[in-house]
Amino acid sequence: MSKKDRIAEPWGTRTPYASGEPWPVRVDMHLEEGLQAGDVDRWVQTASILHSNGDALDIAVKDDRIAGVRGRADDRVNHGRLGPKDLYGWQANSSPDRLTKPLIRKRGKLVETDWDTAMDRIVGKTRDLLDEQGASAIGFYTTGQLFAEEYYTLGIVAHGGLGTNHVDGNTRLCTATAAAALKESFACDGQPGSYTDIDHADVIALYGHNMAETQTVLWTRVLDRLAGPNPPQIICVDPRLTPVAKAATVHLAPRPGTNVALMNGLLHEIIANGWIDSDYIQAHAVGFSELEKRVKEYPPEVVEHICDVPADRIREAAGIIGRAERLLSTVLQGFYQSNQATAAAVQVNNINIIRGMLGKPGCGILQMNGQPTAQNTRECGGDGDLPAFRNWSNDAHVEDLAKVWNVDPMEIPHYSPPTHVMQMMRYVEDGSIRMLWVSGTNPAVSLPELQRVRSILTQDRLFLVVQDIFLSETAQLADVVLPAATWGEKTGTFTNVDRTVHISEKAVDPPGDAKSDLDIFLEYARRLDLRDKDGQPLVTWHDPESAFEAWKECTRGRPCDYTGITYEKLRGGSGIQWPCNEENPEGSERIYADGKFWSSPEYCESYGRDLVTGAPLEPDEYKAMNPEGKAIIKAAEYMPPHEIPSGKYPFQLITGRTLYHFHTRTKTARAPQLQAAAPEVWVEMSDHDAKAFGIAEGDLTRVSTPRGSVEAKVRISGIRDGVLFLPFHYGYWDTDGGHKPDKAGRAANELTITDWDPASKQPIFKTAAASIRKLKSGKGPSAAPTTTASAPIRPIGRETKGSHNAEVQETLNGAGTEGQR
Amino acid sequence: MKIGLVLHELHRSENDLALELLQVSERNKVDHEIYHLGRDLARWSQDHVREIAEIGKQYGQNLDPEPRHEFNLAEKVREAGSDILGRRSAPALLMLRDLREIYMKASGVSVDWEMLAQAAQGIKHTDLLDVTKRCHPQTLRQMRWANAMLKVNSTQALIS
Repeated sequence: MSKKDRIAEPWGTRTPYASGEPWPVRVDMHLEEGLQAGDVDRWVQTASILHSNGDALDIAVKDDRIAGVRGRADDRVNHGRLGPKDLYGWQANSSPDRLTKPLIRKRGKLVETDWDTAMDRIVGKTRDLLDEQGASAIGFYTTGQLFAEEYYTLGIVAHGGLGTNHVDGNTRLCTATAAAALKESFACDGQPGSYTDIDHADVIALYGHNMAETQTVLWTRVLDRLAGPNPPQIICVDPRLTPVAKAATVHLAPRPGTNVALMNGLLHEIIANGWIDSDYIQAHAVGFSELEKRVKEYPPEVVEHICDVPADRIREAAGIIGRAERLLSTVLQGFYQSNQATAAAVQVNNINIIRGMLGKPGCGILQMNGQPTAQNTRECGGDGDLPAFRNWSNDAHVEDLAKVWNVDPMEIPHYSPPTHVMQMMRYVEDGSIRMLWVSGTNPAVSLPELQRVRSILTQDRLFLVVQDIFLSETAQLADVVLPAATWGEKTGTFTNVDRTVHISEKAVDPPGDAKSDLDIFLEYARRLDLRDKDGQPLVTWHDPESAFEAWKECTRGRPCDYTGITYEKLRGGSGIQWPCNEENPEGSERIYADGKFWSSPEYCESYGRDLVTGAPLEPDEYKAMNPEGKAIIKAAEYMPPHEIPSGKYPFQLITGRTLYHFHTRTKTARAPQLQAAAPEVWVEMSDHDAKAFGIAEGDLTRVSTPRGSVEAKVRISGIRDGVLFLPFHYGYWDTDGGHKPDKAGRAANELTITDWDPASKQPIFKTAAASIRKLKSGKGPSAAPTTTASAPIRPIGRETKGSHNAEVQETLNGAGTEGQR
Repeated sequence: MKIGLVLHELHRSENDLALELLQVSERNKVDHEIYHLGRDLARWSQDHVREIAEIGKQYGQNLDPEPRHEFNLAEKVREAGSDILGRRSAPALLMLRDLREIYMKASGVSVDWEMLAQAAQGIKHTDLLDVTKRCHPQTLRQMRWANAMLKVNSTQALIS
């Protein structure tokens, strides 16, 4: 047992292990000051909702309050480890500024009210709009933070009850491309890989994926492999010098917006050198010849010119990937939020397909999620997708869903792809959506081009409902605010990126009159008196477990089959990976073994889209292309980004998440250790660029694009030349401005462009032309963390470490030894 | 042989389609997907204009390899107009009309490519056939895009 400041050492103590061995257990625990493990009243089982890893943990309850957390040693995902966000983030639950009563806007001001008044207002508005215009007037924008039961309930209320096509989740900003890329390559969502692939892989390639900061515990697993015998080789594609890049065998730092060219260069080399599994391609895939033809146009010298990456470096990386025996590929926002997002992510799938690296230990693809319950938004119909991976353009699937819900198929909108959030904002802007219900997310900070978003959300003709745990920037603009319960205060399940389902139990009561999101949606359905076609209540469940049972029925026979899972089975042990049913009673570690896919035209979730235009394929086109249900290889040409540097805006601006904060800092800024580690926005630039512009570490600058500006202190980091980086978590709720800048802007999205990937509809946050200007010299270094990708390139006389009570207890079991790395 | 005539007509209609895509893009600046994709897809037609001019030389055609441009006041006015009118719902109907026009024009271009491909096969001119193989699929994608955008936008525009 030892103590570690996990702000200063985010990944904790090394426990090295060799290829194929089980990952040693290390249990991390952080309790409130003065509390000992033995004094805890009870431990309550849950998992993390502050990142997508799905780390299982127990909440410590003392005197009916949350008083700490401890990792679950038996869990398949984290083997007892926790990341900094989980170790410290729980403290936000008991913040004094939690919403405890509904609020309603009266004479321009939000005032406290009771649930009856608030719900009457919402239900009355809903009825008026349904009478006047129909369901097209109503939109729902939810989160990646709720539980499966809640998304499923929202989905049936919105799609089956009201009949609106306007439903999306903020997973759109984060993981929509993961889903889209999987639908393109395998005609179905769902990850082929498993986290245990890290235990077996000999090459791990991370594309635009700063795993060290986004999934700290998963990165810990990689670090432990690197510290053991026969470590894997790491390939990193990232314009920043991230901890992943520092650990990499080969680091490629392409110009932002050129990922497709780079991927085509890698594929060019892999195919030209014959590092492909021809038998596998022949038996299990369609579309190879088109890929072969397309990547011929991208020899490394051509790619060098587009991406500004040395041709030899591309050859070196391709050689390692091409000769890998067990290749794990992972992808995240560096691809998903960049130019040609889906096209680039699909090329990663292509590498694993043409190398036959699927469905075997160590051979996986993790098209990562950024949000913990993103997978559920996608599965349960909380974003635009129909529940349980049903295909909206397959009439039989809509009829099947209508049977499950006992409604007429015409009641379920399926005339076009469901409306994504950026399009919803457009419909609010043109006045055709007149009521928007936002649950658990914060578009006034998280969407691109904030000036535009604020002007849309503040229109008088919009009726805005916000359901949240704090008075976020968006909540401050609402007509009605509903106080919600959160993690630790309600029960439900959620699913991580490798299909592991965890249960999260209620540990304590929510503050004041706050209610669980499930209860709020159920109440809305009841007051609206939504009925099925026999006149019975449409929503037949009343609590988390009955909602889960209903959801299970909906998944029967579909790829994400939950029918073998019960609350009872999830309690006590570890998470379970779907599909879990009669054939797979203990769940399924890997899917797509032996080249079997869910892509037959009758069964598949999606017929895919054109990677450039985003136009959906018609059913007949798909049938002609893939009659036998194989994997689909889709080639893509490189298209330049829509905004490129100019004399006035000479830089490319990218934004991103960081280790110490999560989604608009709603919770993480209320955890003192996390807030102190990254207290204010900063801007990163390279040493070369800083010298050219006469800027030094810590200088205050103004970063501008055609849309706005932000003021931030400079960190001179290892980022590539010509690129600026801004962390995207900083908004205004903790400033005098409240929901908008009172002086200089500080939210990265003041600057980003309104543009999205045509296939996944994910906004492009990593393509903006920007300028930077020094405003005044700094008095010291910037407050950016020194432990992460924002590490300074030379000592600045200050190191990020924990403020008070940051010490975490680590207990090593088995083979672990301390301090090897 | 009348291949020169077809090339001439195709050169004209691709130029026309490129311009239409650019103008529709500008008129609908506030509908960001149409704005950005309109410009991306116009580039395909502009590339086609260059390809047609190049291969046209073999058939005695003196075609301008530079796609027609219209960088002038009218363009800026259309963009500004779109921003100002974007908060009203009537422009949604104009957008449907714009998309319909793109679909129709791209269909015309597609038919021209088909005719040219048939002729190229008949006289076994592989160079010319290759041009049609490179360009025609992109025309089809332009058509499908306009069609898909019509499907996405019609419902909301017509029932709200």
